[in-house]
Amino acid sequence: MASVLRFISLGLFAISVVSFFSAIPALAQENPYIVAYDHYLEEPGNLEIEYFSTFGTQRGGNDFHAFWAEFEYGATAWWTTELYLDGQTTFNESTIFTGVRWENRFRPLKHEHFINPVLYVEYEHKSGADKILKEGEGHDVESDFLTPNSEARKEHINEMELKLILSSSFKGWNFTENTLAAKDLSNSPWEFGYALGASRPLALKASAKRCTFCPQNFVAGVEMYGGLGDRHSFGFHDTSHYLAPVLAWNLPSGWTLRVSPGFGLNDNSHQFLMRWGLSREITGFGSMVSRLLGGHK
Amino acid sequence: MKPTAAALIVCACFLTESVVLAQNGKTEKLSVVAGPKYDPAIYAELQKAPEKARNRANPLQNDPEAVAAGSVLFEQHCAECHGNAAEGSRKAPSLLVPEVQNATPGTLFWVITNGVVRKKMPVWSKLPEPQRWQLVRYIKSLGGPPPVAETPAAKP
Repeated sequence: MASVLRFISLGLFAISVVSFFSAIPALAQENPYIVAYDHYLEEPGNLEIEYFSTFGTQRGGNDFHAFWAEFEYGATAWWTTELYLDGQTTFNESTIFTGVRWENRFRPLKHEHFINPVLYVEYEHKSGADKILKEGEGHDVESDFLTPNSEARKEHINEMELKLILSSSFKGWNFTENTLAAKDLSNSPWEFGYALGASRPLALKASAKRCTFCPQNFVAGVEMYGGLGDRHSFGFHDTSHYLAPVLAWNLPSGWTLRVSPGFGLNDNSHQFLMRWGLSREITGFGSMVSRLLGGHK
Repeated sequence: MKPTAAALIVCACFLTESVVLAQNGKTEKLSVVAGPKYDPAIYAELQKAPEKARNRANPLQNDPEAVAAGSVLFEQHCAECHGNAAEGSRKAPSLLVPEVQNATPGTLFWVITNGVVRKKMPVWSKLPEPQRWQLVRYIKSLGGPPPVAETPAAKP
């Protein structure tokens, strides 16, 4: 475990150094969602490095702090690929690495429409101690998280996750609906979930000067997500649901800060989830790697 | 631990491959020329704008700050590919050519909104409409005659 954590730390450090000294930071125009997805993909050749943190309350057990790093790369204008590294600290227990995810999003249509579909395919290799709550699915409930890390980490889960993302832009607003189907690759039934989101920049017109605190740099909204049961028992019973205001602050230096307090909507949900994240977009990352590998200068 | 390490390595390989593949396609085509090359076919997307979109007027046509705001937006979102002065680069064509400068504001707005996804230009509808119109104002301003005060010949 120590070697893996060292490997991750070194990787993060190396990419952070590249990010800090990268000559061309881009102003990210990011949505504020942490769980929901809209139809905008990463610009081709750009790499976005993100760190997210979730503090969660736990009734009957220890509160936790889950965290993950994302490396999101725009392979083409219609394909974005993303690597996640997840971990968590359960207070009074331990800090552990909980898994990796490889996510791909594809935009099947060339032009912008009133509703824009994006197809999402993800492979997850995680332990039973995973607590990042990146989506609500199946019959996941708060009491599932009571298992101590020492036991939960022994369970290994290989899961495929599919999403249909339907997103619209209307008069400055973004509305998005995500439908999720997940399948543990062992003999488990398909599980379902959803995420909804709406957001809008605080100002629609840009300022004539570069500025940090201009209202157009802030995007506010709300997202709601939860499980929809599984193939044998589809519906809302024994599922958890959350409602979370979201706010993103896109800084001219290329950094984006996101904050989202989430509230459980029923007794199966964690009462409170405090999430925040920091990301930075590096333009021309693909060209940089290509040059390093002896490609076109 | 071994499966986790293996998964990490596989993911890293896939990411590297996607970077290299994405760049290779571009490199092969572009290595022939050192800089932007004028090719009217590149601008064919402008002709695809529907009639209704083409005829849309810029609602910020008389906004005195639109060009300056568009300039900031261009620097932040477009200059990386189109060049700082919109002169074009290996990644994206010049916006100073007659095909772009003579296009209607509605046509430019349509291309910015829809992108040219198959040719690596992303969809920019994530910028609110007024910001896209500000960009159109800036791009159109590039093709106009230089201001009198900046022209040496105009001085007595």
